[in-house]
Amino acid sequence: MEIRKIDAAVVTETVKKLYLDMNYHIGDDILTALKKASETESSPIGRNVLSQLIENNKIASDEEIPICQDTGMAVLFVEYGDRVVIENGSFEEAVQQGVRSAYIDGYLRKSVVRDPVFDRINTKDNTPAIIYTTIVPGDKIHILAGCKGFGSENMSAIKMLTPSAGIEGVKKFILDTVAYAGPNPCPPIVVGVGLGGTFEKAAMLAKKATLRPIDSKNPDKRYSELEYELLSEINTMGFGPAGLGGSNTALGVNIEVFPTHIAGMPVAVNICCHAARHKEAEI
Amino acid sequence: MVKKITLPLTDEAIKDLKAGDSVLISGSMLTGRDAAHKRLFELIEKGESLPVEIEGEVIYYVGPAPAKPGHAVGPAGPTSSYRMDKYTPALLDRGLKGMIGKGARNREVIDSMIKNGCVYFAAIGGAAALISRSIKKAETLAYEDLGTEAIYRFYVEDFPAIVAIDSKGNSILVQSDKH
Ligand code: SF4
Repeated sequence: MEIRKIDAAVVTETVKKLYLDMNYHIGDDILTALKKASETESSPIGRNVLSQLIENNKIASDEEIPICQDTGMAVLFVEYGDRVVIENGSFEEAVQQGVRSAYIDGYLRKSVVRDPVFDRINTKDNTPAIIYTTIVPGDKIHILAGCKGFGSENMSAIKMLTPSAGIEGVKKFILDTVAYAGPNPCPPIVVGVGLGGTFEKAAMLAKKATLRPIDSKNPDKRYSELEYELLSEINTMGFGPAGLGGSNTALGVNIEVFPTHIAGMPVAVNICCHAARHKEAEI
Repeated sequence: MVKKITLPLTDEAIKDLKAGDSVLISGSMLTGRDAAHKRLFELIEKGESLPVEIEGEVIYYVGPAPAKPGHAVGPAGPTSSYRMDKYTPALLDRGLKGMIGKGARNREVIDSMIKNGCVYFAAIGGAAALISRSIKKAETLAYEDLGTEAIYRFYVEDFPAIVAIDSKGNSILVQSDKH
């Protein structure tokens, strides 16, 4: 078993690049979905909003400025190969440094406060980033990175349903959460759903679901059909682009699942806006 | 049809604005979001003077990203307005004439808008790079310690927005019946 050495500076550079890239250049999945939405949108104001969002993404990309002023809180899902050793630093600090330099050098907004309740003082470099690491076999590091704006994060919810609630209970909770969010989370939205696991596992799955490209489907047909059905239902709610009315309230629904306990059926809904920024890299 | 309007808004101009109107705004406006609102509200409650006169002004709920060299301001789209709801009626009573933000407002805000003859515009959430092109100059007015949350004065030309709730309380926002 050979060990692979990776310099901490390589991790830092990779993370920095991911954050600059995602904040300036929206993914093709979102851009394609916005274009499709502008073709199907029933409301004239809605069509106008969608064309401005497409134009906005182009300006951001051309000028290399953030798509949205809320450049979010950094969240990373890392698969860390068990044969990797970091040289000249620690993995954790290398990632934090990557986020720090992206936010400082890239003119991204620093939106993190050091204490949630008592002293809400800005940390001035957008750290700490939230890092979820899983150890996997191998000699590579895979990073799935996102930045999450809080206009939509604040509209998210979790519920510990019990098995008797069934599929109807799951659907109702997801649709109620989206309806409660209404015009606030910058529709058209991306809905990330986590089903199963424990309380925190469901929430993490929901976050991960928001980072999945929206033109992808859950591999299990039962869940991909549920994604489609929920998306259709959400788009009849009428909130529309920017919440000003219309037939495109969501661009996609992504569901992630995990085994759960005999007594439970946790469901978490993480709402993300059309500025669904995510990128991945492998080192 | 797009209406061109100039700040400061006269009472007549406000009356002419109807929910659903697309507007291009020129002139100067204040900015402020959560932390600045909290401070202004506390001063009003204590009956103290404000660091910035808000009478006759329009306030934009925004926390811009830093400006790249050569840009007047960084991307600057609206933030969610409902978080300002708690503080808004006090500001409207104090003479604030308009607000620009995104998303829903509560009943107290709408009632206070009708009482005081005010207007609420929606800017497009997430269209921050596009919107920043209409902001020609930004000056810090107060609460510099709050960084992005400070109160700025923005000088704008053809800032794109939509009348979301007019001075009669008519709204085009699709509100949720869950609230
Ligand atoms: S919800 Fe998204 S698009 Fe809207 S302001 Fe926040 S980050 Fe930007």
